[in-house]
Amino acid sequence: MFVMNPKRRKVLFTIIFIVMGMGLATALALKAFQENLLYFYSPMQIKNGEAPTNRAFRIGGLVVDGSVQRDQQSLVVSFDLTDTLYNVTVNYDGILPDLFSEGQGIVANGRLDEDGIFKATQVLAKHDENYMPPEVAQALADAGAQIPTDHLKAQK
Amino acid sequence: MIVELGHFALILALCMAIIQSIFPVAGAAMGNVVWMSLARPAARVQFCLIAIAFAILMYSFVVNDFSVAYVAANSNSLLPVVYRISAVWGAHEGSLLLWTLILSIWTVAVTYFSRNLSDVFSARVIGVMGLISTGFLLLLLMTSNPFERYFPAPMDGGDLNPLLQDFGLIIHPPILYIGYIGFSVVFAFAIAALLGGQLDSAWARWSRPWTTITWMFLTLGIALGSWWAYYELGWGGWWFWDPVENASFMPWLAGTALIHSLAATEKRGVFKNWTVLLAICAFSLSLLGTFLVRSGVLTSVHAFATDPTRGLFILCLLGIVIGGSLALYAWRAPTTLKGGSIKLVSRETFLLINSVFLTVAMATVLLGTIYPLIIEAFGQGKLSVGEPYFNAVFVPLMVPVAVVIGFGAQARWGEDSAGRLWRHFRFALFGSVVLGFLMIVMLAESTMFKTVLGVSLSIWIIWSILISMRLRLQQQQQGWYALHKLPSRFSGMCLAHIGFAITIIGITITSQYSSEVHKRMGPGDTVELAGYSFKLESIQQKQGPNYQASEALMRVYRNDKLVTSLYSQKRHYPVRDMPMTEAGIDSGLTRDLYISLGEPLDGGDWSIRIYYRPFVRWIWFGAIFMALGALLAALDKRYRIAVRHKETATIEDGLAEKA
Repeated sequence: MFVMNPKRRKVLFTIIFIVMGMGLATALALKAFQENLLYFYSPMQIKNGEAPTNRAFRIGGLVVDGSVQRDQQSLVVSFDLTDTLYNVTVNYDGILPDLFSEGQGIVANGRLDEDGIFKATQVLAKHDENYMPPEVAQALADAGAQIPTDHLKAQK
Repeated sequence: MIVELGHFALILALCMAIIQSIFPVAGAAMGNVVWMSLARPAARVQFCLIAIAFAILMYSFVVNDFSVAYVAANSNSLLPVVYRISAVWGAHEGSLLLWTLILSIWTVAVTYFSRNLSDVFSARVIGVMGLISTGFLLLLLMTSNPFERYFPAPMDGGDLNPLLQDFGLIIHPPILYIGYIGFSVVFAFAIAALLGGQLDSAWARWSRPWTTITWMFLTLGIALGSWWAYYELGWGGWWFWDPVENASFMPWLAGTALIHSLAATEKRGVFKNWTVLLAICAFSLSLLGTFLVRSGVLTSVHAFATDPTRGLFILCLLGIVIGGSLALYAWRAPTTLKGGSIKLVSRETFLLINSVFLTVAMATVLLGTIYPLIIEAFGQGKLSVGEPYFNAVFVPLMVPVAVVIGFGAQARWGEDSAGRLWRHFRFALFGSVVLGFLMIVMLAESTMFKTVLGVSLSIWIIWSILISMRLRLQQQQQGWYALHKLPSRFSGMCLAHIGFAITIIGITITSQYSSEVHKRMGPGDTVELAGYSFKLESIQQKQGPNYQASEALMRVYRNDKLVTSLYSQKRHYPVRDMPMTEAGIDSGLTRDLYISLGEPLDGGDWSIRIYYRPFVRWIWFGAIFMALGALLAALDKRYRIAVRHKETATIEDGLAEKA
């Protein structure tokens, strides 16, 4: 191997390094990937039983007016998310983002429990009050709902 | 009237950009000197026109001209003047204008610093940059004209997004953009060299200072963004692996790989293929970043309401740049790129390992960032890639990079002996592991493999760099007192690597030993965290220039002694009807204490986040060191002398390559 001509040797080493790096990265990536892919399900898909109960996923919709209920002693809060046809109740123990409000489109990460309640580990905030998460807009469209006009305006 | 002048100036700038892109390149191909000589004046005039347009937009903001739709949407008469100025780049149209302005500044810089390049080569470089500028001016004029009027003019404006009313926003976007767009220079150099078929050492030497300066701005820009997110979002985090953060981080990784690969190409004439690919890659990733931020295709904390046609336009631009440059590469590379050979134990090898791992790391970030887009494009459902993926993949890939740094800085070009390296570094290798372990045992109750690894790697980097510096001084028979006499490219390299080590220490300790609590609190309540007690004294109403705020006063005690008083505000901006959190932070070298108000609850209680963040400042200190190192390296005399004696240098290189 060490008497190989220099050019071939260079090519060989380059290939070895690239294969090593790629191999390591692919192995790590695939393992981490499987564990960390978060699929998105709309309230309609959850009601149809399409959402998994054994792994975390993402949910999105509009916060139903008047559905936000807070515990008096702790930070536990519950609210309903809707795609205008179906509602899913979300429980969350933590501080809601600044732009969380009733009627607002939001996205949450978490798991579905046996009672069909979504236990959120994270509720996502946006930088912009006119912003509608694309998943939520799609979920509303699938449910045949009109996207509120102020959101349409913002997309212009 | 003056607003229309701005619009007109932009249209003229587009004409100039077209002239700048067609004539010099065509002239270079046909040997027409007059056409080539158009490059510099066209670029300078284009810069003046864009600068006029930019100044006019800024003027419209300062005088509150709400008949301009962009001003009306992003400013307000109550907005302080400094934010009215920074509001120019606070939204899509203005930030694109800033993009083109910075591109034209880089181009003008090239016209001034390229006087020693051959006319043909500099005409091609400036022509390629003109082409990029044409694309962006078209995007600006066709989809996002900042000078569009709005009739009837509203009485007052819609105000700037409160998150952006901050010192961080004044400087973060321009500096980040300077970094992003700087890669266009290196890209143009690579394309010009491919066109002309001269990928020699002179080309690499030329590209180096530009790459380094660009990288310096990008490093600062990313660090500023991270710092801004840390204090402005109120979540106590400094990096979220958010698609938009990744968008700025990928060019950085590619750029870092490029810097190291360029060094080998210049010194030894090796890895030319790889270097050219990295140059194309770095700029393409900058464009991809622009696309990701501006198209609204991703769910991201940075996502602002956007227009899909713009995204499509940028995607086409991206396709042309990547497709065109790779096609050119495939066509020209076999004839122009003849690499030298390398030996197993040599600096080249270490540089190659470094750039391969950095590129692989970049690819894993790219995968995690755009995989959701690809899956969605094929109609396979919507998904996102969680933060743990990035940590699980990225961190292990940085370990070999950190190990290799120490050897790479010392190993000789051409061929070195493994025995020599072992003799110099054996103590540092074991010493850094032992020292890392001892430090963790002394500083913290719990030791974790990850923390020991992180700290040991940082100590290893600093130790081995110091060894390299001492050896260098010994060579010149000098002691540490002669530190300032070392060539600045060498000291710059050392400083940047030490900065990298400082950042690793910060990241390691912050991620492993941070603690936080989210709590419902009323005035008088106390919370214990990390040996500190946080007592909420009061919550009061305050009035700001364009907002109302509830301000919490929190006193922090340690062993019954007052450490600091923290103020955190929950602001309400009535014009946008938007809430905003201002965190209260007591920063220190070894720890930050951080509070931020959540929401008002029943009975005068508030939800409050309290964070203890050890060593978090080190992350940004490290970045400052890296940037300073880059500056020092780029200012090295060698590049200037090399430029002046370009002719001789090329001949010498030619001889060296033959030898």
